[in-house]
Amino acid sequence: MFSVIPGFRLSLGITLTYLGLIVLLPIAALILQAADVGFWRYIAIITSPRTLASFQITIGAAAAATVFNAVYGLALAWVLVRYDFPGRRLLDTLVDVPFALPTAVAGLALTALFAKNGWFGAPLAEYGIQIAYAPAGIVCAMAFTSIPFVVRTVQPVLEDLDADVEEAATTLGASQFRVVWTVILPAIFPAFLAGASLAFARSLGEFGAVVFIAGNQPFRTEIVALLTYIRLEEYDYPAAAAIAATMLGLAFVMLLVVNLIQAWHQRRAIREE
Amino acid sequence: MSPTARRRRVGDGPRTRFVLITLVLVVTAFAVIAPLAVIFSEAMGRGVLAYAESLVRPDTLHAIGLTLFTALICVPVNVGFGIAAAWCVTKFSFPGRGLLLALIELPFSISPIVAGVAYLFVYGAQGLLGPWLEAADIKIMFAIPGIVLASLFVTAPFVAREIIPLMMAQGRDEEEAAVTLGASGWRILRTVTLPNVRFALIYGAALCNARVMGEFGAVSVVSGNIRGQTSTMPLQIELLYQDSQVAAAFAAATVLAGVALLTLVVKLIIERLDSARETAQGAESALNVPTP
Repeated sequence: MFSVIPGFRLSLGITLTYLGLIVLLPIAALILQAADVGFWRYIAIITSPRTLASFQITIGAAAAATVFNAVYGLALAWVLVRYDFPGRRLLDTLVDVPFALPTAVAGLALTALFAKNGWFGAPLAEYGIQIAYAPAGIVCAMAFTSIPFVVRTVQPVLEDLDADVEEAATTLGASQFRVVWTVILPAIFPAFLAGASLAFARSLGEFGAVVFIAGNQPFRTEIVALLTYIRLEEYDYPAAAAIAATMLGLAFVMLLVVNLIQAWHQRRAIREE
Repeated sequence: MSPTARRRRVGDGPRTRFVLITLVLVVTAFAVIAPLAVIFSEAMGRGVLAYAESLVRPDTLHAIGLTLFTALICVPVNVGFGIAAAWCVTKFSFPGRGLLLALIELPFSISPIVAGVAYLFVYGAQGLLGPWLEAADIKIMFAIPGIVLASLFVTAPFVAREIIPLMMAQGRDEEEAAVTLGASGWRILRTVTLPNVRFALIYGAALCNARVMGEFGAVSVVSGNIRGQTSTMPLQIELLYQDSQVAAAFAAATVLAGVALLTLVVKLIIERLDSARETAQGAESALNVPTP
């Protein structure tokens, strides 16, 4: 390391101390607490029917929410980058609403919308569709809170896409569909995959928005984060530690996946240059 | 891209364009605008007077105060951390830099509930420092310090993440030139680096603020949620909602929704200023290019 710019030690010192105290210390404490539980007890907690059911519900709902956001996010990114129309800038700003709006407020709003007498809930109830206090409500809450991820990762890549390749393909007689399939999609695919993984990871951990709308019935609409919270309230600290540590492990796996995708993306970008 | 330079590209056909734009607008109206609208509609449903009345309840006012207090600590601390972290990872190359970058972003990937539980295992009675804190009679969990700490964790990456990509793109040349001219580190930071990233810094701080004020999961674990004492705004909303005081819950929610909207207005203004500056620079550089 050599640089004429001063302040390396000071800034690195501040960064490491702060991260150590605020981020690493609690994570280490959680891992220690979970290690204290012991292997067989940990297995027993994680494989108990209620815990397994909550994992199944959480992962299933997160996957469904991610599928929605993959399609909607891709369409949003495309429309924002490729077309100019009145209100485009406003639409671009609206994408960030789920980031800026507190999750509890989002949960409250979605519950009001999808309740039996709500704006969406009332017409849906006529067809016998129930969203609030049902698994579909969890999907809605997760989908809302993770809207920005796919859009914001795909948008810059789509902006940088070279018009020449598209034009060449069109000149050579490729149909529009074929250009999208063989030129555009491969170019944005790593970014798209990274965005979708981020949305999925965020959905797995979502709590605030979900607890309002889910109804929180064990085995039906109880998510992992809520089960952790319930175990804490019951002073069952080993169970809380075991479940929270498993969620932490899942988060690390997702982080690894996102980083591998991004590394792949960067390697490809360098090769193309 | 200027309109004249714009070439016809895939999907530019009027029909595709119309269908896609309409589709996206309709979904956005349902998915983003309706939730925002319903908050205000439910809160104002019984008139402005009832709305004001349900806002000035003592426990809601206390929650607003505590939320402001938390933000007043967390935002400056995380702005400071963000600048230090960005300085360190963008102005120097060192082994482990990639790992440090990942570490800075780590809180983003961790569920707020997991963060809250983790803090409980440090400062709670069962935690690492629990016995020691009890002996010293320091109360962190189920009290205001716990709320502040958990909020710091959740919002640590916000400012750093906004300014790091920008500082990375801007490189080190200007700072190196300033060093050659004899400027001190602090002076370079104040007069060269920070002005270059000021818009991103402001937006990062605004996002950090919105997130601190709205944090629910982590805070609900560590606060104990004692009404009139340790409940922040989001917790107060939940308490009111559980009590079936729906109108009061929505009234409290409008305050946070207002903060969120304000944050986005800040972003909109900043982007406009930014693009105005870019156009100005673009016009300048266009003047230097001889026309063929």
